Amino acid sequence: MIRFENVGLRYGMGPEVLRDLTFEIRPQSFQFLTGPSGAGKTSLMRLLFLSLKPTRGLIRAFGKDTSALNKSQIPALRRRIGIVFQDFRLLDHLTTYENVALPLRVIGQEESQYRSDVVELLKWVGLGERMHVLPPVLSGGEKQRAAIARALITRPEMLLADEPTGNVDPPLARRLLRLFIELNRLGTSVVIATHDLALMDQVDARRMELGEGRLQIHD
Amino acid sequence: MTDDDRTQRAGRGPRPAAGRPAAPRRAKAAPKARKRGAAGELRPSAPIVPPQAVAGRALTLVVAIMSFLACLTIGAVTVIHEAASAWSNDLLREVTIQIRPAEGVDMLREIEKATAAARAQAGVGTVRALSDQETRNLLQPWLGAGLDLESLPVPRLIQVQVAAPAAFDLGALRLAVSAEVRGASVDDHSLWTSRLAAMANAVVLGGIAVLLLVLGSMVLSVVFATRAAMAGNRDVVEVLHFVGAEDSFVAREFQRHFLLLGLQGGLAGGVAACLVFLVLGFLADERSGLQGLARSMDMFGGVSVGVGGYLGVLAIIFLVTVLTAATSRLAVRAHLRRIE
Repeated sequence: MIRFENVGLRYGMGPEVLRDLTFEIRPQSFQFLTGPSGAGKTSLMRLLFLSLKPTRGLIRAFGKDTSALNKSQIPALRRRIGIVFQDFRLLDHLTTYENVALPLRVIGQEESQYRSDVVELLKWVGLGERMHVLPPVLSGGEKQRAAIARALITRPEMLLADEPTGNVDPPLARRLLRLFIELNRLGTSVVIATHDLALMDQVDARRMELGEGRLQIHD
Repeated sequence: MTDDDRTQRAGRGPRPAAGRPAAPRRAKAAPKARKRGAAGELRPSAPIVPPQAVAGRALTLVVAIMSFLACLTIGAVTVIHEAASAWSNDLLREVTIQIRPAEGVDMLREIEKATAAARAQAGVGTVRALSDQETRNLLQPWLGAGLDLESLPVPRLIQVQVAAPAAFDLGALRLAVSAEVRGASVDDHSLWTSRLAAMANAVVLGGIAVLLLVLGSMVLSVVFATRAAMAGNRDVVEVLHFVGAEDSFVAREFQRHFLLLGLQGGLAGGVAACLVFLVLGFLADERSGLQGLARSMDMFGGVSVGVGGYLGVLAIIFLVTVLTAATSRLAVRAHLRRIE
């Protein structure tokens, strides 16, 4: 699905923050991306999301060499990837419903086409009662779920979640994790960046550990 | 903990039967969701770029002022342009015969002879010698009242109205008058009108330059405002990119606001300019009682802005709207090219 070959990344003239990364995210796989703070998890997530270009090496996303892509081809690839940010990135002037529906509006769907899908998904993540509310009124957990729903509404082939449990208490973190596992069971590849060991211990999944710019994979 | 309770439901939620994300588009699921009525309570989707984040009122005012100035310029240019072409046409509509007094010449007889010669020409309408009283009135500002025309060598004027400019031959009139009347000359005002017309054309060119400058500064204001709006909505732009929006979509979302803003500003400025035209037209009317203004505007054939002026205002409103939208679109796209 996404394949890295000897990928390296540096910012400007600084040292390489990521070095010789070679791995593949397979279809319908589930993996944790872990490592200490500053190890480059977020940079790796951005590479996976095509919002950064590697300084060397090759990234193939959905069968395409990303270095050969021009800017106008990237949106189409991004629509196949859902991303959940640590800080949610919800738009404060849109309701929960409108935030979740945003990716569908972007691809030009009419509201009558997507209304029932969005309502149903919001109910699925437990926000059925909160869909008319603006994000500033939502609790951290609710925002997190709204962000996850927004990432899922287009039914992406791959979900990237950056510290999805960083802002929530352990019981909620466990429930969110169950949500991701369920999603994976339904066919989506999931990559969760976290440094929460307790969370990872709950699932027997592939672990990709970043340390000093290099990646170790424990299958 | 209400949040937790809700999450509890959510945690249990992701069972395939409870409505998995892959399912909702199936024919069965869609009507069910609609029946629940939840969708019916939704507000109409809010604009993706919040309207208040675009430097709204101040920019609308700037656009309105710029459109107002542009429309005034258009109005003035059309008035002057029409006057200039009218002056050029009047060249053939009126000719003056001037008879200078000479020793031993009976002025009244000469006037009669000149009048008769003029009347004999083809295309000539009315021929009228200025009466003694009219000549006195003309000279009064310089020589005072109670002037005795007989005792002074005052040239006399005969006004010749041309009824059919096509049939009229100025050369023939000149020849006839100078042959029969001593000291007579024919003035067709061409020097005077050609100078006026040249000046008026220069003013028209100046007006067009002013128009371009006004529109140019409006475009620049829109560029700055668009940049400010983009900077103020960086999070919106980022999120749109993350959910797979193309640049053209982002540009469209911003352009929508600016189109409306340009239309509002353009309309406000255009309507204000039309009101000014109407008020000026009324004030310059002889019946308004403001004789001074009316007379001072006579040279331009009155200040009433014609159909051309009002069409110009419409064109300006359209141009301002299109320019605002197109400028913001280009500015957004340029900005997006820079940030990636």
